Amino acid sequence: MARTRNPLRRLLDYAVLGVPAFLFVLPVLYLILGSFKPSDEVLNGLSGFLPTNLSFDNYTAVLDSFNSDATGYFWRFMGISLLLSTVVVLGGLVINSMAAYGLTRLRWKGQGAAFTLVLLLMLVPFEAVAVPLFYLFNDQRNTIYIQAIPFIANAFSIYQFATFFRAIPPSIEEAARIDGAGPWRTFFVIIVPMSKPVFASVAILTFLTQWGSFLWPVLMVSDPAVRPLPLQMSVFQGQMPVDWGQVLAFGVLLVLPVLVVFAFFQRWFVQGVASSAVKG
Amino acid sequence: MTTVNPAPATPAGRKPIPPPTSATRKRPGRRNRDRAHGMLMSAPALGGLIAFVGVPFVYAVVLSFHNVRLGSPLPPRFFGIEQYRRLFADPDMSGPFLRALLNNLTFAAVVVPAQTGLALALAILLNRKLKAIGVFRSLFFMPVVFPMALVAVIWRLILARSGDGLLNSALDAVSFGNWGAFDWLGNGLTAMASIIVLSIWQGVGFQMVILLAGLQQIPGELYEAAQLDRASRWQQFCHVTLPGIRGTLVFVAMLTSVLSFRVFDQVYVLVKGGGLDEDATRTVMYQAVTTAFDQNNIGQASAITVVFFLIVVALTLIQRRVVRTGNED
Repeated sequence: MARTRNPLRRLLDYAVLGVPAFLFVLPVLYLILGSFKPSDEVLNGLSGFLPTNLSFDNYTAVLDSFNSDATGYFWRFMGISLLLSTVVVLGGLVINSMAAYGLTRLRWKGQGAAFTLVLLLMLVPFEAVAVPLFYLFNDQRNTIYIQAIPFIANAFSIYQFATFFRAIPPSIEEAARIDGAGPWRTFFVIIVPMSKPVFASVAILTFLTQWGSFLWPVLMVSDPAVRPLPLQMSVFQGQMPVDWGQVLAFGVLLVLPVLVVFAFFQRWFVQGVASSAVKG
Repeated sequence: MTTVNPAPATPAGRKPIPPPTSATRKRPGRRNRDRAHGMLMSAPALGGLIAFVGVPFVYAVVLSFHNVRLGSPLPPRFFGIEQYRRLFADPDMSGPFLRALLNNLTFAAVVVPAQTGLALALAILLNRKLKAIGVFRSLFFMPVVFPMALVAVIWRLILARSGDGLLNSALDAVSFGNWGAFDWLGNGLTAMASIIVLSIWQGVGFQMVILLAGLQQIPGELYEAAQLDRASRWQQFCHVTLPGIRGTLVFVAMLTSVLSFRVFDQVYVLVKGGGLDEDATRTVMYQAVTTAFDQNNIGQASAITVVFFLIVVALTLIQRRVVRTGNED
């Protein structure tokens, strides 16, 4: 709504945005700068922001120190997190979108009841089933699959897909059917390609949640061999004495994959979040 | 707040999914064919939801009426409502639990208005046409992609108790050396405030983006009309902006309140490694996890879980009612 072309006015606009933005970004700057500094200079008052003595030492130290059976392997933590996110995101996109289609665009007895069930289960946050799940699967602790499988089916994702599919005009499916396509082909060949925005939005939200997942690993994982990155982050920062430079380098490595994805798909991220919540 | 896990909530004004279109009824026999396909397509996800949400939830209710201990040689014993009675009446157990409930309420009471207000302010600031506006939006949104386990660590450094802590040394510099070291996380009064600040920092971008989307749906003509009527900026805000995003605003506030009841990660990370005052910051979920995990008391933890669930459902139902009545006028 900036109507004026007055340069002074524009400068003011940027200042009004810039000052809070700068304060907001300070913790991130501190993280990034600190990860390149010797440990004793990280927690050293405001000089933690001075770009002195920068080097990759912390990064090499993290990769070296997490490179044995005793401490665990860094690339393994990373690999586990990537594997879990991939399985949960891709598996979720397939089965939740299929379910949403089956529940909203095909007609079958019990369909209404099934959809109501999904809406009801959407009310149950994961935290409310964490304890019984932990008890039920206690003998599956420290496995990889128990970290992913419970999160593939997701009521909220189904709901997001359903809202999108609902808005597709029926004539598109009619046309496909006249051409002889069955429900599966109609779905995969016609509906999926035209539903990219909702797939992107669900994928992004699922990925973020899964990448940062913490509560479930805390309960289920003690073995470094199957430990995901965020849990290892928390274990690492809890060790005494804390090597701050290395902890921060670890932190940058933890968030880097998400930041890269974020940088590339930034508009999708923002639109995805917005559209998942409101449309009117 | 645990990064992004949108609350189980119906966004503003959405009607339930209508029954399938007439298109699916065109040919006789169509319905029977659809039936098999519909069930097949829905089966994997429905099966997963029932197995990992429905069954465990029912199981939580069952467990909460039993005395179940992990690793105990004694078989589970029916306990009636004893677990619930203890949660509210047995001083040993109700003390920490009621404190956790109170902490959750405090957290929500501050975070919901503060975060919603801040998100709205940011959304309004960012709802203008400037060249670099996309960069600014990204900057405020960025912490949303940070896992809470990392956010907690960054803020552990900022709030470090020594004089070398970032906040302490900044205050020291501003006060010309009159500010001594202060233990922000360890002090019972400021521990919760610290958790609140770092949670808002991480989560506000999410709410901001939703509100921004709401703001951009207000037709520009409304502002032009208001300007013709010589409405001041403040009047425009009160009579055009606020009514225009009322549904979104209610949705965001309710989403925040549900999310704020689920707070766990940051408290756990900081208590376990950061010298966080445990009493002042334990939340209901923290209490449930430590009861199940550290004390092996599954029955008690399940009772906490059920109470937690009831609170979340109550919040969600209030949300639906408010959103619905909000849309009627």
